[in-house]
Amino acid sequence: MATRRRPTSRTGDRASRARRLATQPRIVLLVATRKGAFFYHANAARTRWRVDGPHFFGQIVNHVMLDPRDRRTLLAAVRPGQLGPTIYRSVDLGASWQEAKQPPAFHKAREGELALAVNYTFHLTPGLASEPGVWYGAVSPPALFRSADGGVTWDGVDGWNEHPMRFKWCLPEDQTPDGSILHSVLVDPRDPAHLYVAASSGGSFESTDRGASWRPLNEAVEANFSPDSYPEYGQDPHCMALHPLRPDRLYQQNHCGIYRLDRPATRWERIGRNMPAQIGDIGFGIVLHPRDPDTAWVFPMDGTSVWPRTSIDGKPALYCTRDAGASWQRHDKGLPREQAWYTVKRQAFCADEADPVGIYFGTTGGELWMSPNEGRSFRQIAGHLPHVYAVVAATLP
Amino acid sequence: MRIAVASALRSYTGNREHVAASGATVGELLDSLDASYPGIRFRIVDEQERIRVHIRIFVNRELADLRRRVAEDDDVQILCALSGG
Repeated sequence: MATRRRPTSRTGDRASRARRLATQPRIVLLVATRKGAFFYHANAARTRWRVDGPHFFGQIVNHVMLDPRDRRTLLAAVRPGQLGPTIYRSVDLGASWQEAKQPPAFHKAREGELALAVNYTFHLTPGLASEPGVWYGAVSPPALFRSADGGVTWDGVDGWNEHPMRFKWCLPEDQTPDGSILHSVLVDPRDPAHLYVAASSGGSFESTDRGASWRPLNEAVEANFSPDSYPEYGQDPHCMALHPLRPDRLYQQNHCGIYRLDRPATRWERIGRNMPAQIGDIGFGIVLHPRDPDTAWVFPMDGTSVWPRTSIDGKPALYCTRDAGASWQRHDKGLPREQAWYTVKRQAFCADEADPVGIYFGTTGGELWMSPNEGRSFRQIAGHLPHVYAVVAATLP
Repeated sequence: MRIAVASALRSYTGNREHVAASGATVGELLDSLDASYPGIRFRIVDEQERIRVHIRIFVNRELADLRRRVAEDDDVQILCALSGG
């Protein structure tokens, strides 16, 4: 007589794991580098990665974004080293690309005006689901462009680009290594007319009329390179993020610290003061947990003396807060223990939507790292890539 | 008119080194090129009508600007300097 086999706890664990993996999102990492773009497709467990690329081989790619509204359309901000900047669009996940018919470009300068040309598009942000086809592009020199047709044609957001205060808020060119930039275009998920942008340098700004008018939003944010340490504008936000489930909560990693702002308040709180003193609160990127507005990760950089902008003491580590910045915990398991002088740029640090959340970063030395467990441990996905400019963890259908 | 195109621009010309264009000035030649190969002009000239920093246009081996007049038998080269690493 056949006996029915009782499930062991091990087979039960396997079944449970299989059920959990079946519900996990399909993740693709969109890695933009100085010499092209590479897409890393994960298996359900995020233990194996299949690389697709290089795309735009030999060209500077600053950012690649997947449109979350259809999860098939990609936009890529590309600049061949010697030629002008442009935007490419793919509607088949990168199998083919079409160049924008009208890439971001300034108006022809009128008599007496500064004749600006877009140097490169740095940052791409899709609009809300209620505005299909809308994208924002932030460029260097700091300016904002908008597309209403999925990235085929782009027009300047004159409320920013022509604002009478613009060249006081941020210089058209401040001679930083990659030029001054606009970045971190944030759209309030409740209201497509409510926008935030950050300029490096220049500060953070808010619009409530779809970009027609703007006001500085920098109260209590330090600018220790300025004669007035707390000016109305002129700060240097490196990365600003808005929590999608609590859109009144903003975080920023600034040249001068880590900050949080809960609107409608206008005064930022320097939550980086709670970081260990020997680490400090300087860095480029800040990453938010997709479901917990109190959780964020930073990657501290050496901001002492001449600003080496590397991992501190050559020992890379992330720091995580789970209480909105009141306290921070170090995460470095699996990362090199010494002599690892990483620089992680502001768009090269991200999280996915899985549970537990995956954390990813790319280095200027061409390494791509991940944590499959919210920072508790790390492993390397790839090495030997070109200088990494951006890493985006996108969710496929 | 036959125009020689730098390698960095040949993704627009179907990888052809020499392409045909028409016009009475270098600027008009570029307009003609853009009609045949959309997007190529913006790779050569920025939105302020300045030839991009790494691009040089030569007519009969002399450096030319957009207003330079050209004739049918002129030798026109669009070259691209390489720099950086």
